[in-house]
Amino acid sequence: MAQVSMTVNGKAASGDVEGRTLLSSFLRDTLELTGTHVGCDTSQCGACVVHVNGEAVKACTMLAAEAAGAEVTTIEAMANADGSLSTIQQAFQDHHGLQCGFCTPGMVMSAAALLKDNPTPTETEIREYLEGNICRCTGYHNIVKAIMAASGQDVSSIAAE
Amino acid sequence: MPKDGGIGASSKRREDVRFLTGAGNYTDDINIRGQAHVYFLRSDIAHGTITSINTSAAEAMPGVVKVFTGVDFEAVGGMPCGWQVTDRHGQPMQEPRHPILAHGKVRHVGEPIAAVVAETLEQARDAAEAIELDIAELPAVIDMKAAVSADAPKVHEDLTSNLCYDWGFVEENKAATEEAFAKASHVTTLELVNNRLVANPMEPRVAVGDYARGTDDSTLYTTSQNPHVIRLLMGAFVLGIPEHKLRVVAPDVGGGFGTKIFHYQEEAFCTFAAKACNRPVKWTSSRTEAFMSDAHGRDHVTRIELALDGDNNFTALRTETYANMGAYLSTFAPSVPTWLHGTLMAGNYKTPLIYVNVKAVFTNTVPVDAYRGAGRPEATFQLERVIDKAARELGVDPIALRRQNFVTEFPYATPVAVEYDTGDYVATMDKLEEMADLSGFDARRQASEAKGKWRGLGVNCYIEACGIAPSNLVGQLGARAGLYESATVRVNATGGLVVMTGSHSHGQGHETSFAQVVADMIGIDENMVEIVHGDTANAPMGMGTYGSRSLAVGGSAMVRATEKIIAKAKKIASHLLEASEGDIELKDGAFSVAGTDKSVAWGDVTLAAYVPHNYPLEEIEPGLEETAFYDPSNFTYPAGAYACEVEVDPDTGKVTIERFTAVDDFGNVVNPMIVTGQVHGGLAQGIGQALLENCAYDENGQLLSASYMDYAMPRADDLPMFGVDHSCQTPCTHNPLGVKGCGEAGAIGSPPSVVNAVVDALQSGGKDVTHIDMPLTPARVWAAMQ
Repeated sequence: MAQVSMTVNGKAASGDVEGRTLLSSFLRDTLELTGTHVGCDTSQCGACVVHVNGEAVKACTMLAAEAAGAEVTTIEAMANADGSLSTIQQAFQDHHGLQCGFCTPGMVMSAAALLKDNPTPTETEIREYLEGNICRCTGYHNIVKAIMAASGQDVSSIAAE
Repeated sequence: MPKDGGIGASSKRREDVRFLTGAGNYTDDINIRGQAHVYFLRSDIAHGTITSINTSAAEAMPGVVKVFTGVDFEAVGGMPCGWQVTDRHGQPMQEPRHPILAHGKVRHVGEPIAAVVAETLEQARDAAEAIELDIAELPAVIDMKAAVSADAPKVHEDLTSNLCYDWGFVEENKAATEEAFAKASHVTTLELVNNRLVANPMEPRVAVGDYARGTDDSTLYTTSQNPHVIRLLMGAFVLGIPEHKLRVVAPDVGGGFGTKIFHYQEEAFCTFAAKACNRPVKWTSSRTEAFMSDAHGRDHVTRIELALDGDNNFTALRTETYANMGAYLSTFAPSVPTWLHGTLMAGNYKTPLIYVNVKAVFTNTVPVDAYRGAGRPEATFQLERVIDKAARELGVDPIALRRQNFVTEFPYATPVAVEYDTGDYVATMDKLEEMADLSGFDARRQASEAKGKWRGLGVNCYIEACGIAPSNLVGQLGARAGLYESATVRVNATGGLVVMTGSHSHGQGHETSFAQVVADMIGIDENMVEIVHGDTANAPMGMGTYGSRSLAVGGSAMVRATEKIIAKAKKIASHLLEASEGDIELKDGAFSVAGTDKSVAWGDVTLAAYVPHNYPLEEIEPGLEETAFYDPSNFTYPAGAYACEVEVDPDTGKVTIERFTAVDDFGNVVNPMIVTGQVHGGLAQGIGQALLENCAYDENGQLLSASYMDYAMPRADDLPMFGVDHSCQTPCTHNPLGVKGCGEAGAIGSPPSVVNAVVDALQSGGKDVTHIDMPLTPARVWAAMQ
């Protein structure tokens, strides 16, 4: 066991971890930040995406020790300072971009990373970017639509409520 | 004009806020002080005899609390099956014992053999590696037809064979059906596979058992679609715990799609072990474990024949299906290829004679049970594929052939024992042709051809039976349960309501849509209504959520309970207003005396119920809380018409979905936004089945697709934007909301149109291909082209 320290959601965080402890486990079990979800064991599903030093990372792909000293942001810190939903979160609610909610934290974190690099992505660019985030509920239609809406694009011509 | 609240409004989902901010409460988020973790040692052999198992080294490993094996469970029951099918000779199905941990033999890869409870999951996993286990491998039976051959190894020695049942439906129609085939002008035959799938909700299963020594109470937190059913099955049949000493909680659940209906060994284990170890015990499935322990879906091999007369009217249909049960009977497995499949073989058509034969077979594979649609996708796929094939053989338009044979008068009693109460298949097909712009297809095909691609159009209809189900009927058919639903409506003194429902929401948005219904009935703001579900400690006995039943059955229970509330509130209001009860009207959350300006607000009446100073105590009790149980009188019959356009790359066989249009008749709709989302998700799963997904075993019973590296889940770039419509509405005639259910439609209705479209594309490219088995991977399509 060794102590690891990092900044999580703007606050100093530390804990004792084994060498094999994943960042996802450290966040969920040690810091009790259970918004980061684990949906697979092969780094495919993307439910565990967080931001490490501003980059989208699958938290099950990184050891907690590797994140020592890093700035980590999780879904718990994505709302506005007053607690209201951020633009991306609000777009997901407005356009029904989530159902069971399990993949949702990873989707929001990936969407935020995408829009940072590409402020007005096309539908194709969004679909390709989300290749590493699996959703079993929505068929992606409303997730793609929500991300387009969050980027300020007119989605009124895209079918359905 | 879209409504801004109540029934028919696309109210935004209230549950979204917690899911979007990381504040959901899923089972794996629950950690109880002092909890230990369990790791299951699972069989890596499909079929074998356990010759020795030695746990002493594992027990001495750091952190180990206790190691369990099959002998620890000899005194408790096996996993129960909730449906008994009677075969075509009047005999009950063969029903093997299903142990919590394997005892004597292993029968599929993934079957749990031993369980290590330790302080941490890592310690439990490390100790499991120290268990000394010897298994003498036996020949595995994987192929269903081989499994029922006379010399096949038996999955269960104490059964007469690997045949669970040989079911005929309707047996009395068999001779007449054969006679109709003998007289037919044309017969189309198709042999096909409905591929084995894994439901794959994104949240893996989790169970946390807790035991209170002081009160002898057990609690199970679990990822379930129906906590009351788990309490009943596990308490009464497995562990012998009466309901009043057992609480089952299913909090936020991350998708179910059927596979979280069933009672699983891990749930019983954690509940048992919590008492045995006197501390909470938690199990969280890895995705790999999920692939080898969650009940699988589909896996039918079918031969279907359609008889037509000289005018292309359908005169008879007969099918022979082999249905995989896997190694054991999962909770509702026997019902899926029988009553959820055979009764839907009429589809949307007035075929007068139908005979369905199903042979359910045990194999050395993971148990198979209901997955989104459950039996109805299998029925729809074979029927809509054989109709398309018949149209090609006869040289007629496949839509015209369908239209010619549509059921057009309702109610319609099918020859397979169900009665469709209402529908309008012509209207949904008309709407589909318009919305999918079928008249523009030829131009789009030319444009594809100019790019070097072959374009195909596939159309199909579907019907399903939802709102499961009338208890007296399913009891006759072998269900060992009732299929009513319940609701308790508790009105608080200050006017807010809590509705406790036996339905469970795991993505469907009940917390929003159910509140819309109750608020609409009373005329109050939706935010005054809270929906509580998922905990046997506070909701009345209910049967849970599956089979697109929640609004049709659970919603109806809620309506009945709310009607009782309103009736009592009117009595109170009549007292307060000093008017006759018959003159009291409820509108917009206020009670008024008809024809006067006298009124009293909802909140005044609810306050009077709990502070009964001025109250007719001699006539009615204080308080305002009512419970209703609703047992439906029939199934509901959502139906629709779907169209798919694909492009096939002639060089690679790769299929892309270019357009997909779904027109559904769900009857009345409470929240159009949620309904559309349900269809989207179903379409993705149906298209996934058609193009991508396949659960594969090798001949030795090794599971080849046990991770997302090997099992192709649909991803965002595999799918298009969908065109969805549910404006064709023929309300259900027998439930108070007129609703039919929408959860499974997309998964049921989409696979045939995808395959029909690919066959159409290949034929447009000059390839004489009439069928390809799903999934239509580039390799399979390319091979079919050669």
